[in-house]
Amino acid sequence: MRIRSSVFACFCLILEVLGIALFLRGFFPVPIKSSFSSKSKLSDVPPEPFTGRSLNSSKVPDALFKRVVIVLIDALREDFVFGPNGRKYMPYIRHLVERGSTHSFVAKARPPTVTMPRIKALTTGSIPGFIDVVMNLNSPALLEDNLIWQAKAAGKRMVFYGDDTWVKLFPKHFMEYDGTTSFFVSDYTEVDNNVTRHLDSTLKRDDWDILILHYLGLDHIGHISGPHSSLIQPKLMEMDDILKKIHGSLILKEAEGALPYLLVLCGDHGMSETGSHGGSSEHEVNTPLVLISPAFKKKVGMEKPSTVEQVDLTPTLALGLGLPISQNSVGRLIQPVVDEASLRDQLRFLHLNGHQLSYLLKDSMPAYEKEEGYEQFRVAEKSHGNWVKLVVEGNTSEVLTNMGKKVFKQYLEALRAMSEALSKQLGKYDIYSMVVGMVLVFQSPSHGGVSGGWSLSELDILLLAGTAGHTLSLSASSFVEEEHQVWYFLLNTLCLVVFQDVCRKYFRERRANFGSLEDDDYILPSNEGDVVASPLADLGVTDAGSEKWLALATPPLTLACCRLLRSLNQTGVQWAHLPDLGHWLNSFEHKMVLSLFAALSLALIYFLVQRRCSWVSKIALALGLLGVYSYRAAVGNVVFPWQHGGGNMSKGTVEARFVYVFVLGILFTGSKDLLRSQVITADARLKSRGLWEIYSGVVLLVALLFRAHNLPVLCCCLLVQTLMAQFIWKKLHYDAAQTTIMHYWFGQAFFYFQGNSNSIATVDISVGFVGLESYVEAPAFFLTALSTYAGPLLWAAHLVCYLSSEKRSSVAVGHGCYCLALLRSVPAAAYVVLVTALRYHLFIWSVFSPKLLYESMHTLLTVAICLFFTTMEQSRRP
Amino acid sequence: MWDQEIRQMASSHAIMASGVFMATVVPAVLVPGFSVYGTHLLWLYSVAGAVSVVNITLFWLLGVSSPTKKHTITYKVSRLVRSCLYLLLSCLFFHTVVILYGAPLLETALETFSLAVLLTSLTTLRCVCVLGPNVQAWIRVFSRHGAMSVWDTSLQMVVGCSVVGAWLGAFPIPLDWDRPWQVWPVSCSLGAVIGYLTGLVAAPAWIHWHRKHLTYKIK
Repeated sequence: MRIRSSVFACFCLILEVLGIALFLRGFFPVPIKSSFSSKSKLSDVPPEPFTGRSLNSSKVPDALFKRVVIVLIDALREDFVFGPNGRKYMPYIRHLVERGSTHSFVAKARPPTVTMPRIKALTTGSIPGFIDVVMNLNSPALLEDNLIWQAKAAGKRMVFYGDDTWVKLFPKHFMEYDGTTSFFVSDYTEVDNNVTRHLDSTLKRDDWDILILHYLGLDHIGHISGPHSSLIQPKLMEMDDILKKIHGSLILKEAEGALPYLLVLCGDHGMSETGSHGGSSEHEVNTPLVLISPAFKKKVGMEKPSTVEQVDLTPTLALGLGLPISQNSVGRLIQPVVDEASLRDQLRFLHLNGHQLSYLLKDSMPAYEKEEGYEQFRVAEKSHGNWVKLVVEGNTSEVLTNMGKKVFKQYLEALRAMSEALSKQLGKYDIYSMVVGMVLVFQSPSHGGVSGGWSLSELDILLLAGTAGHTLSLSASSFVEEEHQVWYFLLNTLCLVVFQDVCRKYFRERRANFGSLEDDDYILPSNEGDVVASPLADLGVTDAGSEKWLALATPPLTLACCRLLRSLNQTGVQWAHLPDLGHWLNSFEHKMVLSLFAALSLALIYFLVQRRCSWVSKIALALGLLGVYSYRAAVGNVVFPWQHGGGNMSKGTVEARFVYVFVLGILFTGSKDLLRSQVITADARLKSRGLWEIYSGVVLLVALLFRAHNLPVLCCCLLVQTLMAQFIWKKLHYDAAQTTIMHYWFGQAFFYFQGNSNSIATVDISVGFVGLESYVEAPAFFLTALSTYAGPLLWAAHLVCYLSSEKRSSVAVGHGCYCLALLRSVPAAAYVVLVTALRYHLFIWSVFSPKLLYESMHTLLTVAICLFFTTMEQSRRP
Repeated sequence: MWDQEIRQMASSHAIMASGVFMATVVPAVLVPGFSVYGTHLLWLYSVAGAVSVVNITLFWLLGVSSPTKKHTITYKVSRLVRSCLYLLLSCLFFHTVVILYGAPLLETALETFSLAVLLTSLTTLRCVCVLGPNVQAWIRVFSRHGAMSVWDTSLQMVVGCSVVGAWLGAFPIPLDWDRPWQVWPVSCSLGAVIGYLTGLVAAPAWIHWHRKHLTYKIK
């Protein structure tokens, strides 16, 4: 018995998904950790090196600071403080940086520049693996050795206000805390007020040692309107005032003789030119780090801040507070901080840091002894021992100071080398599971093999060459970053070639052979059983002349649509900062225009979708689309004509749920029709209607999830689908394979038209909260995935509907499913191999891994679609 | 079978190619500071001009274009006007297509239009020279099995190669290499010219290779 090709394709695709899952498991490395799961203890601290009889103190040097206040401002970009606008944005801090007793640095964050991995990096000093991004939304408690744990173990009393990620990461660590949730991105005032409201009372009290504040407002503003928004300045001035208040109260509290305070201002990550983050551009990676303490020397003028790693803050704080450095920290002491201590103490600090790093090195590298930094550390330790011996003996000559300085330099060198070696270690892969995954992945496309034998037209050549070319282009990081360009380019070419085909049909071959024309006439009346309504009657067009012109106008219209959509959302990396229509529409002044656009799009969506539905669904659809508009109005994106002024913003939960009801209703009617057509009567008309109803349900849901400025994308998508289906695919007799490839290309292009890119930063997680009061994982994930992949999904859904409304639909559907599976599995398989080959590429984490996640998600989605395809095909067989 | 014509074509193509070559070399000698990347638009117009002049002269001398039935002045003038109109329209058409492909609408309008002019001189001009301002003939030549003479086949190939060259030339633009030839529209115009030269070489070679199998319908 022969298995049908579509079933087979589905099977292969499922196998491929398994393979990719296995590959992913091997590819994303578990971050380096010490072999002991314990935490550093005070008693483990090594003694000060001493040559000769051992008797030396093994105590940790005293803490340098009594109280530490850490103010973490989410998405604080380096140039907000140090840049030319810094004086305007944060006058007080800028004054301190220039004239006060401060140290300022540019702290480089490692990608992924997302909040949770950054918090982990800041507290553990390790560099969290990429996979942490995926876990970002669901942060379990941090079990690794970290600064907060150490501080608690040492009896420090900590207070925390801000992003509740901290509270989840460090449950029961804080003496007092108040977490604010970071998910309602549209709110940038309340989140910060919730932090600041505790400040006055806390600053008055004396019962805490460490105060951590995490402000989210700036990040939210960035997400809403970008780094050049007019909202940025007031927000930064607010932050500046808060810092001024804290600094003032710290100065007041300072007692004579006691240890000084330390005020730390830092950012977890920066903000790209579009206001998002997650990638590795300069603006996302560079954050300011300002340390303020009377223990430092007063500055005399603005110096160019030097660059440190973000993780360097961890050992610095640990040593400054007299705590052991957490085990997995790869950071090194920020040396200027301890400048004012005695040389002996400085050496001791460096020794402690080096000791911890060398232990981590021993654990994570088998050949640690050959490591340059390790040897340097050994040498430095030895000369340190000699130096201490001389000091203890009471030697105070000039030579001794020079020798101490030499040891000091040796230590710094060793620390740098070890820290670098450890950071490099991060890219370790589990090659075994990667290989097994790859073998599985390759099972699927290798079973393919197109049944050749047709003569290739220009269109076929383009389709094949385009698919192959796109697959090859994935090997260059720029092409991955700018993949949308490739798709737009291919799609344009496709439209031009189709245009050429249409021209040929209507200008040349019409005169040439009348046979085909008669063939056309023969087909049209015969298909009334399959096609719901004659395409021409739908649009009120009756004569063949206007049909010809409409067919001729379709490709140029599609091209124009694509050009328009292309400038709606600038995406990618290189040109993402260019102004686009989306930003223009979203700015406050153009709210009316946006409302008008949204209303028009919704009306057009209704007009395009309703034609094929039953009247019940039509009403449901109309009400649902009205609900979408009122949801957008409630959220504050658009305005009703009668509504003037700012109005009251809400989460729009009621409106969104109202729409959900209709979505479910339409989907239910659709699936009821489908089931009836399959189980009771084999009625093709009923089945087709069921399919279209499901399709319109999906459209309604997507309309709800899309941001207001993206509604034209949906509208153009439907328009192009309708026109192409009626005037191009049917009229020009494209076969199932060609149609499938075209659908796939369109789907890919629309994925990017929506504003997606191959960077994690562009995933719009706020979609996960539409109609929900609080964060619930499963629906949030589902909604986010649906809205991200709306383009490919809608085109694939249209493909099912289109193919099953054709003559000989079961063959066509089977063929389409097979092609779709092949189209998805070949690039995915090729990409897996590419990633393996490029695993030591400079951009593997920032460019290739996010793309890998996108690819695997897309493959998973395609599996679902193909399964749906197969059931559709199955049912036709008696 | 068409040895004579093929030889004629090969030599005329050689002259055209050397025209492109001269258009690159001569300004480099005469104009100080001339370079293909640096003063790209100058190079572009010099190539476009050279190609146009060489094409018009050669095809006028060869008399490939379909013999005109009428010899009245008004007819000739109307032909000339129509040719110019078609060339202008083709410039606008290429400009539109390039913008549809994603070139900025206003910022680099001059560069985009220059590229359109270059493409017109490489493709449409040859069509006008070979076929005359006759859209029906153009549609015939560019539809399947539409070539009716050796010159039609060569026209197909040269035009196809130029357009595909420009198309391929767009691919390096997104790469982040920051090379001078990635600046808009350098890579595309270079691609078009290289494609054109390839077409000039390939057309006679291909026809020579396939001369045994080539059959043309009589008009």
